Amino acid sequence: MRCIKNKIEHNGSGSVTLCPVEPEDMWHAYNLIRPGDILRASAIRRVTTVQDTGSTSSARVHLNLVIRVKNLDFDPQSSQLHVSGQIINETPHTKIGQFHTLDLELNRNFTLEKEAGADGEGAGWDSIAIESLKDAVDEGGKRRAEAVAVVMQEGLAHICFIGQFQTIMKQKVEMSVPRKRQGGGDHDKGMNKFYKTTLETLLRQMEFNTSLTSGASNEPVRPVLLASPGFVASGFQKYIQAEASTTAPGLKRLLPSLAVVHSASGYTNSLSEVLQSPAVKTLLADTKYARETKLMDDFMEQLRKETNKATYGPREVESAVEQGAVGRGGGVLIVSNRLFRSQDIAERKRWVGLVDRVRDVEGGEVRILSSDHESGRRLEGLGGIAALLTFPVLEEDFDSDAE
Amino acid sequence: MSRHRIKDVDYDDDDYYDDEDDYTPDPEEQELLQQCTAAVLQQLGAGQPPVTATKEEVHDALWHYYNDIEKSVNYLKGKRLKEASKLKKPEIQPVSAYPAPPPTAHFSAADFFRDCPWLNIPSHRKADILVEPLYPRLGLLGGAPEQGAKPSKLAALAAARKKKEAEKGQSTPQTSTTSKYSSDQQSAPLSVRERLALGRATGKSSEGHSGSLQRLAESRPSPSSAIHHAPVSETTPQSVRERSELPQRKLEPTEVLDRHPVPDLHAEPSEFAKVLTGLAASPTTAYPSPLAPGNLDLMKIYGYDAEPFDFSEPSPDDIVLNAQSTSKGLKKSAAAKSAGGKKGQADVAAEMKDLSVEDKVTVKSKHLDVLSEYKKSTRKRSANFVVIGHVDAGKSTLMGRLLADQGAIDQRTLDRYRREAEKIGKGSFALAWVLDQGSEERARGVTIDIATNQFETEKTAFTIVDAPGHRDFVPNMIAGASQADFAVLVIDSSVGKFESGLKGQTKEHALLVRSMGVQKIVVAVNKMDTVQWDHGRFEEIEQQISAFLTAAGFQQNNISFVPCSGVLGDNISRRTENPHASWYTGRTLIEELETSEPYTHALEKPLRMTIGDVFRGGVQNPLSISGRIDAGSLQMGDQILTLPSGETATVRSLEVDGEPSDWAVAGQNVVLNIANIDPIHLRSGDVVCRPSSPISTISSFTAKVLAFEHLMPMQVDVHRGRLHVPGRISKLVASLDKSSGAVIKKRPKIVGPGVVVRVVVEMDQAVPLEAPTRIVLRAGGSTVAAGLLE
Repeated sequence: MRCIKNKIEHNGSGSVTLCPVEPEDMWHAYNLIRPGDILRASAIRRVTTVQDTGSTSSARVHLNLVIRVKNLDFDPQSSQLHVSGQIINETPHTKIGQFHTLDLELNRNFTLEKEAGADGEGAGWDSIAIESLKDAVDEGGKRRAEAVAVVMQEGLAHICFIGQFQTIMKQKVEMSVPRKRQGGGDHDKGMNKFYKTTLETLLRQMEFNTSLTSGASNEPVRPVLLASPGFVASGFQKYIQAEASTTAPGLKRLLPSLAVVHSASGYTNSLSEVLQSPAVKTLLADTKYARETKLMDDFMEQLRKETNKATYGPREVESAVEQGAVGRGGGVLIVSNRLFRSQDIAERKRWVGLVDRVRDVEGGEVRILSSDHESGRRLEGLGGIAALLTFPVLEEDFDSDAE
Repeated sequence: MSRHRIKDVDYDDDDYYDDEDDYTPDPEEQELLQQCTAAVLQQLGAGQPPVTATKEEVHDALWHYYNDIEKSVNYLKGKRLKEASKLKKPEIQPVSAYPAPPPTAHFSAADFFRDCPWLNIPSHRKADILVEPLYPRLGLLGGAPEQGAKPSKLAALAAARKKKEAEKGQSTPQTSTTSKYSSDQQSAPLSVRERLALGRATGKSSEGHSGSLQRLAESRPSPSSAIHHAPVSETTPQSVRERSELPQRKLEPTEVLDRHPVPDLHAEPSEFAKVLTGLAASPTTAYPSPLAPGNLDLMKIYGYDAEPFDFSEPSPDDIVLNAQSTSKGLKKSAAAKSAGGKKGQADVAAEMKDLSVEDKVTVKSKHLDVLSEYKKSTRKRSANFVVIGHVDAGKSTLMGRLLADQGAIDQRTLDRYRREAEKIGKGSFALAWVLDQGSEERARGVTIDIATNQFETEKTAFTIVDAPGHRDFVPNMIAGASQADFAVLVIDSSVGKFESGLKGQTKEHALLVRSMGVQKIVVAVNKMDTVQWDHGRFEEIEQQISAFLTAAGFQQNNISFVPCSGVLGDNISRRTENPHASWYTGRTLIEELETSEPYTHALEKPLRMTIGDVFRGGVQNPLSISGRIDAGSLQMGDQILTLPSGETATVRSLEVDGEPSDWAVAGQNVVLNIANIDPIHLRSGDVVCRPSSPISTISSFTAKVLAFEHLMPMQVDVHRGRLHVPGRISKLVASLDKSSGAVIKKRPKIVGPGVVVRVVVEMDQAVPLEAPTRIVLRAGGSTVAAGLLE
């Protein structure tokens, strides 16, 4: 995302003009735009005019619309963001108050304005929002190339794109591979077919050009991680090598970027294991993702030790923060960004307040995990919020919290 | 066969017509006949030179000339003259038209037509000969005329002419004439048949055929042929058409009298038919051409054998139509049956539509009472056991040895494995190859997937489930363990290996099988040869494992230890001869296996079977599934429902332990060959049940589990047999007391290993699960919990 114009005031109000350039930027926009914000973007609207004679004519007109956001709809598979709301500017073709859904498009600027109402109407540009904006605007160009992971087991493969902020499960390949049977059987044949289908799917998803003649040959290739229990992944690698040396020489470009790692199963659950493997660590070292994964592992480890120096769940964490356990000297608040995406402004304020308190008052560390990553998903299981504490906190009974 | 039958019928038919004519003579006629006979004999005796004739001859002649004494006398005289001349030429001896007991000479068509020049005619001409109608055109003449139906002009004309002719020989009653004509006319084709019969009877000398012909010839000579004993030379006006018979076709008149009355079972040919057959037959007979006999036998030569048509039978067209309609009817009825019960015509029609649109396979169920069949059956008691243990403990080799010793694997195959294994430098893996059939498994020397194999002792039919030991393949091992009645835990006794195994899959596997309901465990302390059958080592292992297994929940009397060596075969089926092993006096492995108790299964419950594998069984069985029936029973032709796809299928056939069977019950390992389902709906781990009592598919469940590791809300893989789905523990409801099940702590944050806890598990997709069933939760490649669905 490129920041075109930044006019954020000290009181938290103001606007920014942004230009999304990558599909992942849509995800950032999804995290930035909240209901109640004012969004200006270009739109195409079909306008129907009724003549005096009663005949109607409709035309598609290009407009710049300003809407007050009501709702957001994000499709992670195709990285599309649809923002719906009521129009607040007047144009020759639309009336104020009409509803419109803006589809944000790549390489088209949009302006986002947040209002900081004195009476707590809007949340404005709070600390989380500004942090999200920083994440979104890649100033130093430090963004790492994303990786592709194929997590597989016999007859099952998940093709995932691991980005800086999200992991997208692009496609699942599922096939029934006959098991080994007394006296041969079709197991090898079935596996070959499975490899073939998986490779085809992978190349399609990567938009990998296998032709040698095209100018695509010097395109950079993203690293591809093949992960599986047993020998499925290495079998797949062998298959790709065999294909490259026989039928599809264009695949040779892909070979150096292949890495085989171990995973416990072919489901996306085991992505965390994939990302901790040494091969991947060198690849994605010091990315947000790797840090997040490590953090979650530390947390789980602490929890396992049963030292009461780790806690999870909204009420528990809040209580721990009250007690000052998430402070200087190792206190870490881990929050899933899903909590900030809440439709309810009060809810968001609650979490932003907590984060601000830990960071500014208590002096603890705050890590906001992407709910679209594997580590974020683990955190989701724990209620979206967890904390590593500086001292053990006695567990309280939160029976009332049994929603 | 059908030819034979038809032929017989036709002979009989001829008899019947004549029976009617001749064998209902009233006394008046008899008297007239007597008078005439006396007169004829008198005239013959008085004539110059005097002619002698038997009474029978006279009778016959009279009969033919309608009691015209003068004509009869003339005829008999002429006959005697002719006979006298014939005696001078014996080569043309009269031959009975019927095949008297098999003629001496072998009949050959070529011989028969030796002197016939037409045999050399070009082939295209022969074809013409065949085309020439020999017989009345068949199938044109319908049946008997309907009552009151007006005959056509032609028929009327023909009938009128015939009537006129008949009136010339006035003395016999009017009614008999037409039938007489018809029988006369039919005699022409009959001669063909007689000759054919002769040829066939001698040529084929088929027992039944010739027998029946002989019987006919002896006891019931055809009256029609008897009728035609009139000499050829004779050309009386009435008989001009009929006298086309060859001389040898004459029969002794005595035979005529031997006939017995046979009731006429057939309808009379229609007037029209009689007329037309007469007219149609006449050209070939009235003007005997040199081709005529050739025609007859060409038919024979070409295997063609048309019959003069008897109009009491349905026409060929009718037969064909009937056959078509009945065959259709059969199909319909089969379809109707398969649909379970008789249905109306409309339903049948609708089903026909179904049949034509979707190529459905219908299998007729035998509707067996499977449970009573099962009780009746005298099968050996069967037991499934799973072989578990750490990787490289020698599970597959041990089982390969067991199978080889029990003769389930022949020596030749074993030798081949040994050769091939040595070729790739893995000679010690030869026995394991009996079970490790996969190319990857053999290349790597590691069991990847479970393998099942059967062998039998005197008492029990065992099914081995060889499980992989590698930690990556624990899901496969879980699938195997879910099929087992008891377990064989294989332990590597060599130094260092035992200790590493205990930390590894030895422990995990033992816990898994226990939590999956296995009670009995046989511990095979393998590779004793590598520690020189050290008794101390064995005791050490026994002690450690025993302690561990008791802690895992096995009862002491259900644990047994056998020191053995899989690769050498010591203490597997035979006792070891190693002097160092003399301290062991207990049972061998096979003896230990036989002590297993018979296992009972939920036969009465609704059908449940987890699909272990979906594969192509072969050309005849394009789609097969295998697995073990968990509950209930199954038989051929059953409709089954697979979940979660919710698709139905039909069981075409099934196999129990590799043997075809009509039914199967819980506890048996079966292969179902199914139809009427797309394979895309079948995955291993799906559950087969009956449409009437389907298993529910759920996406969330509560389970009481024993934690093997720390549990907290986390992502887990849910395993049940082959079923393997991702899910997550969404809530720890409460930790429970191990024995009483009372709640210790509500909503614990985390529970440690060894704690019994009630958890809520959510899954991304709905899976077929129902209580009570045993599930295993795994995460990060290790088993974190196992327990019972609630």
